[in-house]
Amino acid sequence: MEATSSDLQRTPLYAEHLSLRAKMIGFSGWEMPIYYTSIVTEHRAVRERAGIFDISHMGEVEVSGPSAQEWLNSMLTNNLARLEIGEGQYTLMLNERGGVIDDLIIYRRFEETYLLVINAAKIAEDVAWLQDHCPEGITVADQSRLFAAVAVQGPKASELFKAIAELPPRNHIAKFTIGGVPSLVARTGYTGEDGFESFFPAETATAVWSTFLELGESFGLSPCGLGARDTLRMEACYPLNGSDLNAQTTPLEAGLAAFVDLKKTDFVGRDVLVQQQANGLTRRLAALKLAPKSAPPRAHYPIYFGTKQVGELTSGTQSPSLGTGIGLGYVEIEFSKPGQALTVDVRGRKFPATVEKKPLYKRAC
Amino acid sequence: MLVPEDLKYAETHEWLRVDTDNVGTVGITEHAQAELTDIVYVELPQVGTKVTAKQATAVVESVKAASDIYSPVSGEITEANAELESNPALVNTEPYGKGWLFKIRLQDKGELSNLKDAAAYRAQIGDE
Repeated sequence: MEATSSDLQRTPLYAEHLSLRAKMIGFSGWEMPIYYTSIVTEHRAVRERAGIFDISHMGEVEVSGPSAQEWLNSMLTNNLARLEIGEGQYTLMLNERGGVIDDLIIYRRFEETYLLVINAAKIAEDVAWLQDHCPEGITVADQSRLFAAVAVQGPKASELFKAIAELPPRNHIAKFTIGGVPSLVARTGYTGEDGFESFFPAETATAVWSTFLELGESFGLSPCGLGARDTLRMEACYPLNGSDLNAQTTPLEAGLAAFVDLKKTDFVGRDVLVQQQANGLTRRLAALKLAPKSAPPRAHYPIYFGTKQVGELTSGTQSPSLGTGIGLGYVEIEFSKPGQALTVDVRGRKFPATVEKKPLYKRAC
Repeated sequence: MLVPEDLKYAETHEWLRVDTDNVGTVGITEHAQAELTDIVYVELPQVGTKVTAKQATAVVESVKAASDIYSPVSGEITEANAELESNPALVNTEPYGKGWLFKIRLQDKGELSNLKDAAAYRAQIGDE
């Protein structure tokens, strides 16, 4: 599982993580902090105050040129025509079979210039896919190496940012100067809390990181690792590509129909989705909550109804906010509705679980 | 890191305290609990189960992952720490005390010589 450190890339904040005594692990080809103190401590910091995450491993791709919108609309599931300049949306890039290549956030930066923020493990694949399909006159530029990025998440995130400016509205992106560094700031995140993600030149990463840590000091801002990022996103029921999404799962099965505009005349994978919708889904990504005191569920544990296996978990953990096991998994459609009682097999022992409405955790306001 | 002098240690970070009449208590070391962090579930062996040394005998789960716990010696399980069912975090807070995992009747006291003393275990974890 864990690759040796020599195979792994390091973000520009690597030295900062070491000086904070982070526990480092291999993730998607990157050597990243899994936690600094403990996953639960950092999870709570984000739910109660604010946390800062190094997300420099994520990819940034700029697509520009006349008719960039029209072309990108043919490559992605959501409808870009809805975006004003400075606005972003969650969307998916599919293969011809309707399976997920990547899920991403796309921002409209200028009239015909878009910024795509993509998953670390998928940078090479996404860029190659886009460039292979790219018509003349449109540029697909992989800027992943140029950018470092952090996410600041939690109920105190917007207050903390007030020392610089008011945050842009939800899903919007704008340029600010942070610690003397021109940075893009987007009101988005992967934790289920309010917050923002900031993108800035790689060589300025330490300056921006330190500026946020200083600004955050009086708000109890804590550095947080990938461990808390994973437990937070599972409570919020945000899928993780490579675990909950892959080339064999469609966004309809994953419960992401809100980010798929089938009214668009065409996009890669559309025909399969239209067909799937007409025929009816056979399975769906369900959110499960286990009975109190159950063993923590993990990815690949089988899901049962009685003695019949009806699915498999794709993600699972002990939820720090709910104090019980939670998981996401594809379940046969007739067993996937909220309220359905199921069991999860942990090392041969079946623990009771219920299908819940998503998200499993929702912030107070 | 606390490494009590009166315990025996396995390379896989379990400790063993030999009590009277050939019964030993097994737990995980402070170093091990610090590496695991946030222990949320412990799966313990049934009393009466016979195990051999280095056999996976219990499972300790943190938020992050499930970890097998290996019996340092061969023998029969005589007791499992029922308190961990309601309070698994005891393994974090009192790894050498209330956070013990199970007791085992030693089959062969000779196996004790395969385990490390405190100094050797300290050297293993790089703790002076």
